[in-house]
Amino acid sequence: MTYVEPRGERLAEEGRLPSERVALVDLLDRLLAGGVVVSGDLILSIADIDLVRISIRALIMSVRSEDGPFELPERR
Amino acid sequence: MADTGIYLYAVTLDLDVPHLDVKGVANRPVRTIIQAELVAYVSEVPLDQFGEEPLRRSMEDLDWLGETARGHHRVVAAVAEHTPTAPIRLVTVYSGDDQVRRLLDQRHDDFVQVLSQIAGRVEWGVKAYVHPTEDQPTPTAREPAAPAAAGAGTAYLKRRQAGLRSREDAWRDASEQAQRIHHALTALAVASHLHRPQDPQLSGRSDWMILNGAYLVDEPRSAEFAAALDGLRGPGVDLQLTGPWAPYSFAELDAEAPP
Repeated sequence: MTYVEPRGERLAEEGRLPSERVALVDLLDRLLAGGVVVSGDLILSIADIDLVRISIRALIMSVRSEDGPFELPERR
Repeated sequence: MADTGIYLYAVTLDLDVPHLDVKGVANRPVRTIIQAELVAYVSEVPLDQFGEEPLRRSMEDLDWLGETARGHHRVVAAVAEHTPTAPIRLVTVYSGDDQVRRLLDQRHDDFVQVLSQIAGRVEWGVKAYVHPTEDQPTPTAREPAAPAAAGAGTAYLKRRQAGLRSREDAWRDASEQAQRIHHALTALAVASHLHRPQDPQLSGRSDWMILNGAYLVDEPRSAEFAAALDGLRGPGVDLQLTGPWAPYSFAELDAEAPP
């Protein structure tokens, strides 16, 4: 069993999480599904982000083999 | 100017604006717009990249998306070091300062409410993985002790069925474990949010991600939170802590924008 040293703790001691060291996938979780969504007066209504997410998913799914995916039981 | 847009990163209440030595998306400098006692952090961005049509294409490009996400995060993280910060969703582009001012006017109370909810708190991310093949003696797989007479095809089908069952069992155990972890951590948090499990193609991990949670924790309780997480570690489950993050997962304005 390998225990990966919790990266966050180490970085927490340093006081911040530098952008370059943040795993992109963790960042995208937050930036594509989190953050304040505002509407009105926008050039691009980011309410369309669900469309975008689906597209990115499709992009990834297209290179993925058949038996990989499974469903998580719990989603918000 | 018609060929630039205003990219919005974050909103804060603190009029004491820090000097920011970071570049934002597209390597653009960051400035502030102050209105209604709120501060918006913005960059001017070229519309040939950030206009609606170009965006629809570039959001499909993982390299572009990654660069932009990092640029966005640089700014949010730098601001959040100084003051409670409401991060805005990635790629929120206005046509001009006036539109941003109008947003701050119209949603003033909502931003104040969000900022009061996240002040003095940080977001921690917790990911849990299990190895689907580990600790699976799969007794059911051997139970039939398929006699040779049953034929290779039948034996194969039985093995396969048993394999499917044990995979289901393993998955059920894993999700129960995920819920235990989630509940234990939620007890120490002000709020929690479950993100979708990460795609193995993006995370580079082939084992099962059973939990991808975000927890809003009072800053002084961060050590306690990390200790609780350590207490949940055990054989068969790999727990990873990320953060502290600016409260991306907890920056939601309550209602829809007024007309």
